[in-house]
Amino acid sequence: MVNENLVKDVVKEPYKYGFVTDIETEKISKGLNEDIIRLISTKKEEPEYLLNFRLNAFKKWQQMKEPNWAELGYEEINYQDIIYYSAPKQKEKISSLDEVDPKLLETFDKLGIPLTEQKKLTNVAVDAVFDSVSIATTFREELAEHGVIFCSISEAVKNHSDLIEKYLGSVVPATDNYFAALNSAVFSDGSFVYIPKGVACPMDLSSYFRINSGDSGQFERTLIIAEESSSVSYLEGCTAPMFDTNTLHAAVVELIALDDASIKYSTVQNWYAGNEEGVGGIFNFVTKRGKCLGNRSKISWSQVETGSAITWKYPSCLLLGEESIGEFYSVALTNNLQQADTGTKMIHIGPKTKSTIVSKGISAGHSKNSYRGLVKMGTKAIGAKNYSQCDSMLIGDQASANTFPYITSQQQNSEIEHEASTCRISEDQLFYLQSRGIEFEEAVSMMVSGFCRDVFNQLPMEFAAEADKLLALKLEGSVG
Amino acid sequence: MTESNPILEVNNLFASTDDLPILKGVSITVYPGEIHAIMGRNGCGKSTLSKIIAGHPSYNITEGEINFSGKNVNSLEPEERAQSGIFLGFQYPIEIPGVSNLEFLRVSTNARRKFLKKEELDTFDFEDLVKEKLELVKMDSAFLSRSVNQGFSGGEKKRNEILQMALLEPKIAILDETDSGLDIDALRIVASGIKKIANNKTGIILITHYQRLLDEIKPDYVHVMSDGQIIKTGGSDLALELEKNGYEWTDNFVKEK
Repeated sequence: MVNENLVKDVVKEPYKYGFVTDIETEKISKGLNEDIIRLISTKKEEPEYLLNFRLNAFKKWQQMKEPNWAELGYEEINYQDIIYYSAPKQKEKISSLDEVDPKLLETFDKLGIPLTEQKKLTNVAVDAVFDSVSIATTFREELAEHGVIFCSISEAVKNHSDLIEKYLGSVVPATDNYFAALNSAVFSDGSFVYIPKGVACPMDLSSYFRINSGDSGQFERTLIIAEESSSVSYLEGCTAPMFDTNTLHAAVVELIALDDASIKYSTVQNWYAGNEEGVGGIFNFVTKRGKCLGNRSKISWSQVETGSAITWKYPSCLLLGEESIGEFYSVALTNNLQQADTGTKMIHIGPKTKSTIVSKGISAGHSKNSYRGLVKMGTKAIGAKNYSQCDSMLIGDQASANTFPYITSQQQNSEIEHEASTCRISEDQLFYLQSRGIEFEEAVSMMVSGFCRDVFNQLPMEFAAEADKLLALKLEGSVG
Repeated sequence: MTESNPILEVNNLFASTDDLPILKGVSITVYPGEIHAIMGRNGCGKSTLSKIIAGHPSYNITEGEINFSGKNVNSLEPEERAQSGIFLGFQYPIEIPGVSNLEFLRVSTNARRKFLKKEELDTFDFEDLVKEKLELVKMDSAFLSRSVNQGFSGGEKKRNEILQMALLEPKIAILDETDSGLDIDALRIVASGIKKIANNKTGIILITHYQRLLDEIKPDYVHVMSDGQIIKTGGSDLALELEKNGYEWTDNFVKEK
């Protein structure tokens, strides 16, 4: 039995990204209706097809019901009480970073994502999104030399309309699910990536999402297209201030990989999780899906989910191309009263497709952590293979862990392998490490990172170190 | 041997778990370089005594004190005791999945070195050190890359314990049934390792049921425990008598007492 007070202490680490940037913002009035959608579209000077895309999504959304099948409990969301567009006021057209409000640059500095020329990260191009809009994207010229397009999705709508029209909603249709429909109706910004044929993107690309405003939701949309024989590694980070109200975040991410292309998408999600009593925190309802359209294409999701009051998220792969590969590596840590229902869907459509799922759930405090996943072998998935491993670790005796694996196969000549385990950090293990001079908290974090090692090995290097530290911070004081 | 100050002094120790008394007034004093053996039936409190000295949180000391290097350590955390030089060799070493043995040994060794104000070792320097210590217990370096104790045989786990002792260079080592699960050859290797590490400076408490370990490491004192008390203390001959007569013979000591 692990002493509960000590558990509490370890998890009590204050959230260090909880500050609010005091900046003048342009917000539209609360509520959601057709006029609001038209207003957002007008503000963004969108072409008509996009307005229709939004209106169509909104119409469908109105007919849909909020899903309630997840192992999540929360107060009903009042969709009319949310501001759907909030942007820091700045000059109409910004030609260089020098014109960006210094307060914004300072904010990203504080978050460890310096954007200015002198300080910017040397090996990663960053798109910084603040509330509803993209503030800046670094290394654009360098990337352009390789033909790589990396910009905000609003810009892509203006400058690369053909690609947007072709691919937007092609992986996650506007009517896919309740939250995807909501996003399709009101999405404000996000990142756009296009890797041309045969190009291995010369640096990691990264989006950093920052929610600043307390009463507006964030609805970003990311679209990544990897043409034949191209490859890209994309990183995503998120933080938000501490408010005692819940903020809705409903994002959509679409990935498309053509023949022999590969996309690696890594997330470290550290939205504000609410306080120890479960007041406040982000409601994170996200639809992420990748389409392995081409033969031998590969899409790999890795995620480290540590924040948010509620996480509802199933990064998935549609494996259409012959011999295409889907991967999902996940660490989800919940503490206090956090709830997470997360997992993946691997839909095997093409022959000889392969997928790997490794999920590590860690629940501490009074939190609830569920893995939910679907592996489906379609009629043509001859010789397809899946391997799934879902492990849960419990810290303390008040937390809960669930695993919901759904498996369906319409193809006899395919293999599905599923392994699952649940463990608890035992007092004996802790005592063993302590009796070798290792401090209690270090002992816990050693065991947690040991538990997560299979997933951390999949993360880009700097990200892995960051994830390790983040877990240690989150767990500080949580075990006894 | 008794010229210096005692390294460990357990004075009239009473302890319980879940209100169940286990130790009922144990006293034992160990000087540097001394080898003590504690014998007794299963459940007599031998293992509990060792865990309490190491600071296991499941037991409450209700009376008495544990002095280490002249300081009362009753309320110290297990890691503080370990850093200052108390070592417990586990009867059943614990498996820690996912944590590499090498990393575990390094973090542990550095925690002790930090306490001793010695320079902490980076991965490369540590590997040199650990390779040298592996020799003492004739362990293959392949064990370093595996998870702590995971999938180790009983004997491998015990060698891993002695490897830890070699790295931590404790001032007192309490070895709880280190001989169990070892075949004769392994026992000799482990025993000779222990003697080399102790080098007549470390205080050693051997908890054992069997004479065969004591044939390899000759104790200066043998204590017989029964029902939470030390009921008889003698020289190494006492162990031989015990081997000959069995624990029933010791029941008489309780009456004597």
